[in-house]
Amino acid sequence: MRKTLGVLAVTAVFIMTYGCVANENKDEILIGELGSLTGTTATFGQSTHHGLELAVEETNNAGGVLGKKITLLVEDDQSKPEEAATAVTKLITRDNVRAIIGEVASSRSLAAAPICQQFQIPMVSPASTNPEVTRKGDYIFRVCYIDPFQGEILAKFMYNSLGLRKAAILKDVKNDYSMGLAQFFHETFTALGGSVVAEQAYSEGDSDFRAQLTALKAAEPEAIFVPGYYIEAALIVKQARELNMTMPMLGGDGWDSSKLLEVGGESLNNTYFSTHYSVDDTSTAVQNFVAKYRSRFQEIPDAMAALGYDAGLILFDAIRRAESVEGPAIRDALAATENFSGVTGKITIDQDRNARKSLVIISVADGALKYRETIQP
Amino acid sequence: MSELLQQIVNGISLGSIYALIALGYTMIYGILRFINFAHGDVFMVGAFIGYYLTPQIITLAGGNLLVAAPIILAVTMLGCSILGVAIEKLAYRPLRSRPKLTVLITAIGVSFLLEYGGQLVFGPDPKLFPTLIPSGSVVNTEYIIIGTNSIVVIVTAFALMLLLRFIVFNTKMGTAMRAVSFDHRVASLMGINIDTIISFTFILGSSLAAAAALLYASIYPSINPLMGIFPGLKAFVAAVLGGIGNLAGAALGGLILGVTETFVSGYISSSFRDAIAFSILILILLFKPTGILGRHEREKV
Repeated sequence: MRKTLGVLAVTAVFIMTYGCVANENKDEILIGELGSLTGTTATFGQSTHHGLELAVEETNNAGGVLGKKITLLVEDDQSKPEEAATAVTKLITRDNVRAIIGEVASSRSLAAAPICQQFQIPMVSPASTNPEVTRKGDYIFRVCYIDPFQGEILAKFMYNSLGLRKAAILKDVKNDYSMGLAQFFHETFTALGGSVVAEQAYSEGDSDFRAQLTALKAAEPEAIFVPGYYIEAALIVKQARELNMTMPMLGGDGWDSSKLLEVGGESLNNTYFSTHYSVDDTSTAVQNFVAKYRSRFQEIPDAMAALGYDAGLILFDAIRRAESVEGPAIRDALAATENFSGVTGKITIDQDRNARKSLVIISVADGALKYRETIQP
Repeated sequence: MSELLQQIVNGISLGSIYALIALGYTMIYGILRFINFAHGDVFMVGAFIGYYLTPQIITLAGGNLLVAAPIILAVTMLGCSILGVAIEKLAYRPLRSRPKLTVLITAIGVSFLLEYGGQLVFGPDPKLFPTLIPSGSVVNTEYIIIGTNSIVVIVTAFALMLLLRFIVFNTKMGTAMRAVSFDHRVASLMGINIDTIISFTFILGSSLAAAAALLYASIYPSINPLMGIFPGLKAFVAAVLGGIGNLAGAALGGLILGVTETFVSGYISSSFRDAIAFSILILILLFKPTGILGRHEREKV
């Protein structure tokens, strides 16, 4: 008898956990979010999530989309590409979401994109800049610029604005974003007439970079390009300064996180990075967003938060225009997005499903981020 | 030349941290004949104890780092020792008469418990470890720069290793430890309390892991609950490389691994770093299966 009861109890628990798969009811639209809420790039996932939450709350308070409420289902991929594939499969096959927002990191978007494509579920990446991501299929979109543009601008910035001719590169070999950005930077910088005097590599999760930095130092570069993510970037700059390497260091949008300054501190002076927007931008769109975000989360939004917000609003706008929640209809509406006014600029989706947008360069001086310039495509 | 000297300094400071962690693996192996895979995670907990206590202790010490640092070291060592002893009492002791494989798998379980429990308790995002060693350099010439933190790491690590050597070879407890590592049953017939000795071994090993954690976090100030995995794995390799169960071997193995890794990263490519480090391990084990300083043990029949 006790045994039977036990079996019954276990079965009941099973039904409760797996039986009621979160399928949408009549008055809601399920949207899946794939993000790195934990792991090496946790602030990317958390900022994007906050931005997206804000977009969902605003949309629902204004009456929702097609008369229905947006319900956001979040899956954490622990900053790992293999988990991203599992998480996105779960969102699509078990939760039956209508569209996916994610991921920030290109490596993880590259793992998730083929799955979205296969199930014909539109995927909007807020911040993956590697060009390969949207080439995975016609259901894959992004609301940010791509690395050929970012790498080119950074190379021009180093060559023209800083007037430096000898660069060294320290890139993350495990990361599609970092490898791509390094390549585009290298191409433009040498085409301009500069030279890349040394190139070294590390792997995401490393914490000792002194060996690579010592080797770079021997080649006497005038500046070092570090196309990686914020934690490694901060540690690299810190260790470089300890080795008396005082030259400017540059990075891409992977540097944009509140953790960058927290870990790197004063050693980050004389560094520059490109990103998607600046809180110092005086436009009303940006200042409204910053004010709303601060009152909701008590923190200053970084670029990932702004991109998460924009990705959400663009998707909801597309569903509205599609007047349908079916994958192919949303896809067509997303592809037709034109001059959408986002926090991170005017967004037009081009034929390769990328956004053409302006880029912002931030410099670090006296231990604080300073807006430097905005560059139009 | 200057680059070579600098790489050697880089390698030794990395290697001495590996050595400290490796000592914990090797001691526990020496006594219990199993690999305590949770050791790298005890190291991680040490970093978090330091993270939470350092600001308070620095304030108590009136901002004097020279006073605060030894107190922080002592408290962190105490914290890790309690954790180490608790792990042994709760997870390993009940299984002592079971096959070694059971204990080994339990150790992996404990390791996961600490890693993911750590994510729950400390939060998954990386945290900034407070400054314990003032920045700056001791030697700063055109040829070589030795940062204050490198010197502190190397000196502390060597001092602790010498202290450990003294405890193991010149004290009654140490003699008892060595007796237990030879033969549990005979040692207990001689009136040695095996449980006490095993707890003592865990205290020593966990204390060294705590010290290593503070040194590691001072050089690489971003800490997270999964930070123990790689240093733990590397230190395990170092212990095997030097001859597992042998104290001098663990120290030597740590230094060799640190310098090799630095040289491979600096002169070849960091992509091959782990591959070459592990190839060296395989080569050494092919020609000397007991490790560099390991003794050959006859299988008792």
